Amino acid sequence: MSSKMMTGAEIILQALADQGVEVVFGYPGGAVLPIYDELFRQSNRIRHVLSRQEGGSVHAAEGYARSTGKPGVVLVTSGPGATNAVTGLTDALMDSVPLVCLTGQVATHMIGNDAFQEADTVGITRPCTKHNYLVKDINDLGRVMHEAFYVATHGRPGPVVVDLPKDIQLASAPYKSPVKFAHPSYKPQVKGDQQAIRKAVEMIAKAERPIFYCGGGVINSGENAVKLVTEFVRMTGFPITNTLMGLGGFPGTDPQCLGMLGMHGTFEANNAMHDCDVMIAIGARFDDRVTGRLDAFSPKSKKIQIDIDPSSINKNVAVDLPIIGDVGHIMEDMMKIWRTSARQPNKEALAKWWTRIGKWRDRNCLAYRQDDKVIKPQYALERLYELTKSRNPYITTEVGQHQMWAAQFFKFNDPKHWMTSGGLGTMGYGLPAALGVQIAHPDALVIDVAGEASILMNIQEMATLAQYRLPVKIFILNNQYMGMVRQWQELLHGGRYSESYSESLPDFVKLAESFGAAGLRCTNPGDVDDCIKEMIAIDKAVIVDMVVDQTENCFPMVPSGAAHNEMILGDDKEADKPRVSDQGFALV
Amino acid sequence: MKNTGEIRRHTIAVLVDNEAGVLARVIGLFSGRGYNIESLTVAEVDSAKSLSRITIVTSGTAMVIVQIKAQLGRLVPVHKVADLTIDGPSIEREMALIKVEGVGEKRVESLRIADIFRARVVDSTTHSFVFELTGSMEKLNAFVDLMKPLGLVDVGRTGVVAISRGPDPI
Repeated sequence: MSSKMMTGAEIILQALADQGVEVVFGYPGGAVLPIYDELFRQSNRIRHVLSRQEGGSVHAAEGYARSTGKPGVVLVTSGPGATNAVTGLTDALMDSVPLVCLTGQVATHMIGNDAFQEADTVGITRPCTKHNYLVKDINDLGRVMHEAFYVATHGRPGPVVVDLPKDIQLASAPYKSPVKFAHPSYKPQVKGDQQAIRKAVEMIAKAERPIFYCGGGVINSGENAVKLVTEFVRMTGFPITNTLMGLGGFPGTDPQCLGMLGMHGTFEANNAMHDCDVMIAIGARFDDRVTGRLDAFSPKSKKIQIDIDPSSINKNVAVDLPIIGDVGHIMEDMMKIWRTSARQPNKEALAKWWTRIGKWRDRNCLAYRQDDKVIKPQYALERLYELTKSRNPYITTEVGQHQMWAAQFFKFNDPKHWMTSGGLGTMGYGLPAALGVQIAHPDALVIDVAGEASILMNIQEMATLAQYRLPVKIFILNNQYMGMVRQWQELLHGGRYSESYSESLPDFVKLAESFGAAGLRCTNPGDVDDCIKEMIAIDKAVIVDMVVDQTENCFPMVPSGAAHNEMILGDDKEADKPRVSDQGFALV
Repeated sequence: MKNTGEIRRHTIAVLVDNEAGVLARVIGLFSGRGYNIESLTVAEVDSAKSLSRITIVTSGTAMVIVQIKAQLGRLVPVHKVADLTIDGPSIEREMALIKVEGVGEKRVESLRIADIFRARVVDSTTHSFVFELTGSMEKLNAFVDLMKPLGLVDVGRTGVVAISRGPDPI
């Protein structure tokens, strides 16, 4: 292909178009004006969505990326534009979300002079991105743009920052559309080691108490990987548990699915993890919220771990058989070897294992008691799930008790329908993420399950919903507390509720109306269904202020410093009593 | 689990693109994740391909060392990571410039010890020497210790560089 002279701003837009980018989430400012000028001139090519704070732009791009599988693109200005983006970038790094974030920068000759709106963006974002670039030569710009997309989407996905000095945006250079991009040093291993896969098949066939432990890596690997994992799990008849990030990677309503594991996971999932003899971890990183006390984590099992990121292996938990590579590729090989060697699972042992799991299931660990006076948050979410599941909604959440209840009570049968801030735990993620999801899926039902504290962290994005007429439903479980903080203060700090009461809350109904959205309030258990139905029927953004029990705690719970088989259950009379070891007290 | 097991010293060689910020990425990785750096050296080794070699001496349990290598390996500008301590036999060298000040018997004694260590005198005044000494980290430590009572005033060390034995590159 022949090359053409272009300005930096033109190159940026052309590169975005060549990468198939349709939407950019951003906020203008002095150092990116040439790019915004070019967006104006070429307004029919790439859609720009204006958020109300750069942090919102990044979370919106995350929601877009996680619900489509495509990289999200962000455009912000220098200095405060870039520093406001830092939380979202860190969030995307922790949760492996592919993002390309373009930041403006002061002109190259002014860098280092403490110029107006100057910040050391590559310095600040180095530890919170997968990689970052400062473009100091216009001749590098085209290559760097394409490299950024390559790095963001290959291997374990993550955020990439490209810092663009203003003079580079205005300079000119020849631009060539890339045919195929090959990176000189970053070449993640995709195919798994055949011998290791063969050994895994042998271990799986001999397993008597097996479990699949699947994370977000399955979903990130793509639809084919999800299909293959589902097929393999069904073929073996083994139980499967999903991490918070992995929900939807296997049908949640399937009887083989034990639900989420970990700190607020199900009794059956955690006990099965603790007592299993073969654990098959796929695209999961043995996070501390999953493992609980490390020296008591699944002590009797042989562990197989499949992951594309070598640094995820043997980081927290020593595994017996690591397989580095892409989940899709490895599962394809595993399935082939399983079939050609005519392997069969140990059916007799498996039946016994399922009987044990059945007993744990019978404990009905998510049970709660709904009376006719106060709405239980679990009840509100259970009804929300029942009344919306036929529409296969996209669910985003903020962070806290409501997030864990949503993870417990929603069953996801498809991947990419559940967007939550797992690793970083970013309050304020849900509303802008839902905005990004709705941009990608204009006709879908998109719900942000929120708490009254979290929602206020990015409430300004209500204006964005209004501007683009995005019918996002915001479902606030309002208990007038930072619920998870309050729960920990109750269980660990003698009920001294230091600063966790949500004082001076806005009237959410009026707040919704002031942003052109609809506001609904529900205080009576008998009205929950009607409220949810009304919310769905309204053809614009809605805030539901669901006034729920102030003191409800989120159970089951593996207290910090405890093992998987030392869970607190909600119907336990002692549930609300403190029982944390001195060691666990120091853990977050 | 990562805190159990014997803590060992490892010398790791990393081949990286010689570009702005690459050293900051490596150092940031070590400080951000709480790994030790005992010594770190860096210089360009291939100007045509613009490659630099970073030699890091670090210590940790086997699990931590594996983690350090995996973390280094996933940095985008990193081409190769080699653990010279366990990948096979290797040679390590460090150079130091050591300034000793004194007259009379102390001055003679420092020169005598320098001779034993095969250190070279690269600067001299009537009451001082600068020695140049190459060898293992331990040898340099020993020499510096011996110079302390003899009028040691200044030490400059390069940090360890290392290479594998035999015909093959890392």
